[in-house]
Amino acid sequence: MTAETAVRTGRSAREDIPPERGRGAGLPAAGFLTPFLLLYVLFIIGPALYGLLMSFFDTSAVKPGLSSFAGLGNYAEALQSADFWSSLWHTIWFTILTTPPLIIVAFGLALLADRVKHGRWFFRLAFFAPYILPSAVVALIWIWLYTPGLGLLETGLGKLGITAPAWLGDPDWAMPSLALTTLWWTLGFNFVLYLAGLQEINRDLYEAASMDGASPWQQIRSITIPMLGRTTTLVAVLQVIASLKVFDQMYLMTSGGPNFATRSILQYVYDEGFTNFRIGYASAVSMLFFLVVLGVSAVWFALIRRQEKEV
Amino acid sequence: MSIETRVKLFNRICAGVLIAFALLWLMPLLWALDTALKPNAETTRTTWLIDDPTLGAFSRTLRETDILRWFGSSLFIATLTAVGAVLTGSLAAYALSRLRFRHRNLVFWFVLAGIMIPGQVLIVPQFREMDSFGLLNTFWAVSLPQIPTAIAVFIFKQFFDGLPRELEEVARMDGAGFLRIYRRIIMPLARPAVAAVAIFTFVGSWNDLLWPLLVLSNPDIMTVPVGLATVQGSFGIRYADTMASAILGAIPLVAVFLLFQRNIVEGIAGTGLKG
Repeated sequence: MTAETAVRTGRSAREDIPPERGRGAGLPAAGFLTPFLLLYVLFIIGPALYGLLMSFFDTSAVKPGLSSFAGLGNYAEALQSADFWSSLWHTIWFTILTTPPLIIVAFGLALLADRVKHGRWFFRLAFFAPYILPSAVVALIWIWLYTPGLGLLETGLGKLGITAPAWLGDPDWAMPSLALTTLWWTLGFNFVLYLAGLQEINRDLYEAASMDGASPWQQIRSITIPMLGRTTTLVAVLQVIASLKVFDQMYLMTSGGPNFATRSILQYVYDEGFTNFRIGYASAVSMLFFLVVLGVSAVWFALIRRQEKEV
Repeated sequence: MSIETRVKLFNRICAGVLIAFALLWLMPLLWALDTALKPNAETTRTTWLIDDPTLGAFSRTLRETDILRWFGSSLFIATLTAVGAVLTGSLAAYALSRLRFRHRNLVFWFVLAGIMIPGQVLIVPQFREMDSFGLLNTFWAVSLPQIPTAIAVFIFKQFFDGLPRELEEVARMDGAGFLRIYRRIIMPLARPAVAAVAIFTFVGSWNDLLWPLLVLSNPDIMTVPVGLATVQGSFGIRYADTMASAILGAIPLVAVFLLFQRNIVEGIAGTGLKG
């Protein structure tokens, strides 16, 4: 029947749509699609296009309409603005500080958890529970941990004979401190992805390897790590995109300070658009940020294509 | 040492390291709880021991902040968003999976394009839109832009594509319409997908900070994250009270996590396998 459908409609057999459903489904389809498409166009696609349009105008939040046409003026201004580049750099610096540990620690812990037979629920709880908390809760707890003179981290390190830095108060340490908080907060997501990837690996491979006398460490190096290539690509790209979108941690824990040392690109958009009311300019910055995220996604697709060819 | 004892030893070491990390990861939460159970004056001594344990910080938080009202706002907004995302997403996915109509692939690609747009990029135009609709400081302003999530359509479509069609064919022959099939056959079978989309939308909406921060300035209808963001300033050095509010703010989601642990973990693992 599938083949017959394919012949009749000239489409591939994989589409697998029975012929009786094929006729006259345009009207019901419109009915099913309308609720989603209406909201989608109204609140996603519409604003996206309107944002693009505003980025070419000197639109102000306190005046109605688009105001005067600016051409590429907003973009040129952003690209020449030291504040734009420094906030973009802070976002990238945050991404550099968070991505490697969030991949390596998650991978390492998942690897360990995969060998442990009992009490997996406990590890899942310990590593994943923070991920589900609102950023505001995480911020309150970590500001307390970082509090100078009273914080658990300073006291704990002091007992080990280490002098703690000023954490959030030191322009050089503020970003690493935010990265540490983020590691604690979001590790669980990557941990779960890696656990799922590990469970996909055929156990017979390990058995065969240990028959041949391979040590656990050799098994990890020659079986586990190569088999997790696809998972690692996924984790890495999702992580880079998530880190680039950082806003909450800085807004809540440092307000972009000290001395703007941790202002992210999204907070720059927020400041320009909602404090300085320059929404045309803020839209242009949003578009530039969008291009960066799009670029990362494009690299991801290229990597997946290559991996699929190799398989 | 024989291979077997070596493997056993290796596994022991693995378990030991893992337990150490797990305790390290639980430490901030336990420390927050420990602090919240102290009187404010006692929090200046950095010790796990509590001389005079009390629930005073919790009762003060409940009395002095609007946290219960924030719970109400968040619950309403997150529920509205989750129900909206499940309904609109599954309806659209049903059409894309089962009905034949012109430009079906075009519609599908149009929806998929939405996955590429990070919501944060849209805050400026969306704010202006909500302003012109007169919806600022309403639950609708928070919820509506979060309802049409392309990823929900994608998850439902993947799931529907994998369902067998025999039942529907029988129902078609009995004269059932598409809506009836969707309601009586497809949706009951799609429970795992409904659970995944509902939970992730709910948690995502509950935890969102940037967008509600922009559109809700009225303290009466603040969500939990927006409300908690003001706590740091108002409680200042009353550390026990601050930690009590953090723990109260965490409780609903810890409950969601404990209830739906399996769905959440499988939902995330699912993205990995699709990847």
